[in-house]
Amino acid sequence: MPTKIEKDSVTGQETTGHVWDGIRELNNPLPSWWLWTFYACIAFGLAWMLIYPSLPGWRGTSGWIAREAVVADVAAAQAANAPMMARLRDATPAQIAADPDMRAFALAGGRGAFANNCAACHGAGGQGAQGGFPALVDDDWLWGGSLDAIQHTIRHGIRNTEDDDARTSLMPRFGADGMLTNAQISDVAEHVLSMVGRSTDAAAAARGQVLYAENCAACHGDRGEGNREIGAPRLSDQVWLHGGSKPEIMAMIRNPRLGVMPSWQGRLDPAIVNMLTVYVHALGGGE
Amino acid sequence: MAAATAMAALVPGQASEARDTSYVEAPLRAFAAITMVWGVVGFLVGVVIAAQLAFPLLNLDLEWTTFGRLRPLHTSAVIFAFGGNALLCTSLYIVQRTCHARLFGGDDAIWFLFWGYQFFIVMAALGYVLGITQSKEYAEPEWYVDIWLTIVWVAYLVVFVGTIMKRREPHIYVANWFFLAFIITVAVLHVGNNISIPVSFSSSASYSAPAGVQGAMIQWWYGHNAVGFFLTAGFLGMMYYFIPKQADRPIYSYRLSIVHFWTLIFLYIWAGPHHLHYTALPDWAQTLGMVFSIILWMPSWGGMINGLMTLSGAWDKLRTNAALRFSVVAVGFYAMATFEGPLMSIKAVNGLSHYTDWTIGHVHSGALGWNGFITFGAMYYLFPALWKKTSMWSEKLIAWHFWLATLGIVLYITAMWVSGIMQGLMWRAYDELGFLQYSFVETVEAMHPYYVIRMLGGLLYLTGALIMCFNLWKTVTVSETAIVAPAASAIPVAAE
Repeated sequence: MPTKIEKDSVTGQETTGHVWDGIRELNNPLPSWWLWTFYACIAFGLAWMLIYPSLPGWRGTSGWIAREAVVADVAAAQAANAPMMARLRDATPAQIAADPDMRAFALAGGRGAFANNCAACHGAGGQGAQGGFPALVDDDWLWGGSLDAIQHTIRHGIRNTEDDDARTSLMPRFGADGMLTNAQISDVAEHVLSMVGRSTDAAAAARGQVLYAENCAACHGDRGEGNREIGAPRLSDQVWLHGGSKPEIMAMIRNPRLGVMPSWQGRLDPAIVNMLTVYVHALGGGE
Repeated sequence: MAAATAMAALVPGQASEARDTSYVEAPLRAFAAITMVWGVVGFLVGVVIAAQLAFPLLNLDLEWTTFGRLRPLHTSAVIFAFGGNALLCTSLYIVQRTCHARLFGGDDAIWFLFWGYQFFIVMAALGYVLGITQSKEYAEPEWYVDIWLTIVWVAYLVVFVGTIMKRREPHIYVANWFFLAFIITVAVLHVGNNISIPVSFSSSASYSAPAGVQGAMIQWWYGHNAVGFFLTAGFLGMMYYFIPKQADRPIYSYRLSIVHFWTLIFLYIWAGPHHLHYTALPDWAQTLGMVFSIILWMPSWGGMINGLMTLSGAWDKLRTNAALRFSVVAVGFYAMATFEGPLMSIKAVNGLSHYTDWTIGHVHSGALGWNGFITFGAMYYLFPALWKKTSMWSEKLIAWHFWLATLGIVLYITAMWVSGIMQGLMWRAYDELGFLQYSFVETVEAMHPYYVIRMLGGLLYLTGALIMCFNLWKTVTVSETAIVAPAASAIPVAAE
């Protein structure tokens, strides 16, 4: 029961008479702006509920459904690009690269497609990544850097089990399978280093040269020039997929790490594969 | 039921007067101290993970220190350890004084709450770092921790209700309505969202009872009301005591407190679906969540009005009382966050803001500005009160804390607004040919400078809290003991 209603000396407002641990309460009414804004929010809410689906079974007067709206948006975007996509689908990469309209479209779309599908391994700018993910911005190609070669690689991938046309090759496990001893592997590595003038042991390099000719030259070439037909990397440059230190080279001879890449032809629209082809070719190293 | 019977035996007049002449204080001192300890821990982990977002190398490449494990450590440390202990401390302090009754269960019950709650925190934190989680946001602890928290929480409810039942005041003060709503609803939310089946009694893992969109809906019914009842209702209880006390003014409007209390607790519980806009949740549930969120705007602001208008006639005190400044600015941030929340619940706005840093900024204007500041204000009041000191050791250091923390918040939330809106706009940017203009990683790169600014903001906030701890320590150990010491914890005999 309010027993001690007082008048607040500052505001002249009456208290409710309650006192808790010295705290009193004024008996001010609800501020009218507060009350009317509250009512307005309720009215807004009710109107919104009328217009949009808001109760089980009530679909709203607008007929707006989130799922239908997004389906319509996607369809509109696809329709807008459909003629150009059809042209890209039927053209060869060379035709696309030669046509300014198609090329501009392919580069713009290829950029996004690359970011969404390729950048995870090859880096956001195609700069490659440690762990055997090749750079695509340079002119050092494992499987070829022409438009057709790039298109083939994207379409079918590398060493995957899902595409019969995937590029494939196998480097033997010279150490793990006992084909070369550790000392021999060390000599071969020394010879490989000598190709780029980094050998520190001429005698070992000379011994390694003999072993190289017998075991490695068939794929990597007599002078380490590599072979794109079978994806054998060039050894006579300073670009190393798995590291260029002697221990790293020895590790690759001992038990090679063979890179894989998925086949994209079943995953991506052929037009997008073509866009990616032109985009990657234009990154800097296209031939 | 047994507890209810026991409580019924303690209605006013029947309580033992001899044992009931002083307030429980020793465990509340422990709660106040641990609040600050966990606060510093939580802020520190926050700064660390903010730094990790700007410089990912700082996750140290160790599984225990990755962002994914430290992030729940940060959120739980600030919400449940810092905020939870602050709520336990202040609610138990306030309910005794506004009921003129010693806490039901006495010192022993409160010591159980204290150690039980700290045990919950340590168990939860250990789990996060070791990778034990049920992957529900703000409800990460696994089943065995959930069961323990349920026991502690029910004990808290019994203490609180028991104290109210043996009160010597005819009415229940508004702060206690909010605290009671907070305690009851959190119990319901906690149990409801954690129903799961353990893999075995020897396994820390469990399967959640609801799955798919139902599971998501229950999770965000929980998640949003953790905000609504833990971080809003509970802290409003704090505000309703400490602001009138610090300002020495009556509460502005009793009628407003009734209306905004009931509308707030009725409306909040429905607002959860706005966390699931544009998901598999049926459209009608999304719309309802949005509509309730918008109607919630004014009930939230009712608390702001009662907080700020209580200062009419005492605004000058802001110049001299730095602790009151914390409490009042807290109400300002509360008003801002509870306007921003309904705004962000509007589906068109949410389409831009959702999953961006804007959400993080929104949460932190509430957490740092409202929950943090109102707690700091309360603790600057409580430490001298609980340790029987005439005043804080240094008013000047309170002012330093205030300005550092305010600057920290401003840096934090403006950085997140800019970063979040930019992020949302970049995600939806198309070029003239209809292709997305930016890849995800480009948006991350663009946000880097704002991540650094956010980290600096957090660092300022942490520095302020460390200054506060130093000041509180000096208050406890050095400040002059109040002459009225013996009387301060005695319960007034005649209350009417």
